[in-house]
Amino acid sequence: MDETVAEYIRRTVLKIPRDEIKMMLQKWGFLSEAQLQTLNFHQIKDNISQEVVQLCEENSAGIKQAAVLDIIYNHIYQNKRMWSVYQMKESGEELECFDITDFKKRFKARLRSALKNVTITFKEYEDNAIWIRVAWGTPYKKPNQYKPSYVVYHSQTPYVFISASVLKSNLPLLCQALIVASNYREIREMELRSHSLNSLKDIVFKRYSQNFQTYSPKPLQERNVEPENADTRIVQENRSEKERVHRLNHEAFGSGPQPQLEFAQYRLETMFKCAPKMDVLDKKEPFRCLVKFSSPNLLESLKSLAPAGMADAPLSPLLTCIPHKARNYFKIREKKGVFPESFVSP
Amino acid sequence: HIATSLPLPSEGDHLRPRIDLIVFMIDIKSKYSLKNVETSLAYVDASFFLGKVCFLVTGVGRMNACNIDTSAVCKLGEAYCSPVLFCELELEGVRVATAQRLLRMLQICAGHIPGVSALSLVSLMRKSDDD
Repeated sequence: MDETVAEYIRRTVLKIPRDEIKMMLQKWGFLSEAQLQTLNFHQIKDNISQEVVQLCEENSAGIKQAAVLDIIYNHIYQNKRMWSVYQMKESGEELECFDITDFKKRFKARLRSALKNVTITFKEYEDNAIWIRVAWGTPYKKPNQYKPSYVVYHSQTPYVFISASVLKSNLPLLCQALIVASNYREIREMELRSHSLNSLKDIVFKRYSQNFQTYSPKPLQERNVEPENADTRIVQENRSEKERVHRLNHEAFGSGPQPQLEFAQYRLETMFKCAPKMDVLDKKEPFRCLVKFSSPNLLESLKSLAPAGMADAPLSPLLTCIPHKARNYFKIREKKGVFPESFVSP
Repeated sequence: HIATSLPLPSEGDHLRPRIDLIVFMIDIKSKYSLKNVETSLAYVDASFFLGKVCFLVTGVGRMNACNIDTSAVCKLGEAYCSPVLFCELELEGVRVATAQRLLRMLQICAGHIPGVSALSLVSLMRKSDDD
């Protein structure tokens, strides 16, 4: 077995938390159940990984099998990576049925015609997700297995989720191969990024609970605004205001859990507005400014702002539009016209 | 009765009983809460400041998140001749003790304790170095 493959397998196993190694090796399926039985999972990870490498040696593992183990690890720990969303457009004229073998063939062919030294691995999952791992080399160097790119493609949708490696120069090539393989004409990067792959899927596949405008002539009486306030001796003086805030919040966010995003970024290219007498920055240039909101779960924290009394309801549409517009990166420019309000550029 | 600010909404005027004690709550983490209290004070009739107003500063267990000027709060108490209490609502013991204190003050303000009036209580609570 190649030394580099052995080292790669060893390092991959070392990444896995000790309690999960057995489960992941079973998922991998490369080592037989009998071989797994011989492993002692109670020793230190260094020793476990050495033993795994020895067993892989017996089975003559190659880079292909090692890459599959890497995909399995990254599938389970997908939230460790940062994912970007890409949308493909304008499919070819014929409405073909999606054929996975065709897809793989075309993808590999397109990539390899541009770059010989690549390792390409596919793995399909039950939710119709195709995981693709690409390790990149150069015309003169073998692929770097430690900085691969990952692509997640749901064939029934035009969306692709990419976790690029640091080597961003390979991105155009990857995108090219994707549209060729899936029979589309264009691919564009959406302004949507997060660590939580499932939340990105929820947003673009519209799987989160959105609030649909239903006609209700008066506020729904049965909804309990303050469930914990069962003590009738406590009187809320501002009950109608609280209910208004809750209603507006519900309209903006819906009632279910929000998709998990870690930040929203607004790049402002608007004019600085100050009191007329102050004469600050009177050169008519945009005041460039970057506003970034971060949170372990940004949308949930935005949802809790108004009920907690920390912000007025309704919240700015710039914040509430994030899941509907499927973006968390915005550029805000001055609107040119009679009413100088800022608007969001596409 | 809990309210987010003063003046109270007029819809509830006919349902409201006599007000014996007003406790203004200031969250140490929120500049906005202090500002809100300052603006609400303007709507309080002067007669309440004879011992029927109290300032309660909450969240003092987390002084590293302090966003208000505590000396400004103390000055506010002096300016309005009303006591300032500090507490931490997240600690059950302190929460219960504070509630008992407020309840005691309320009993006096409502006239339930013979021989002690709201005004005499407030002068008892004043710090000795004020004189």
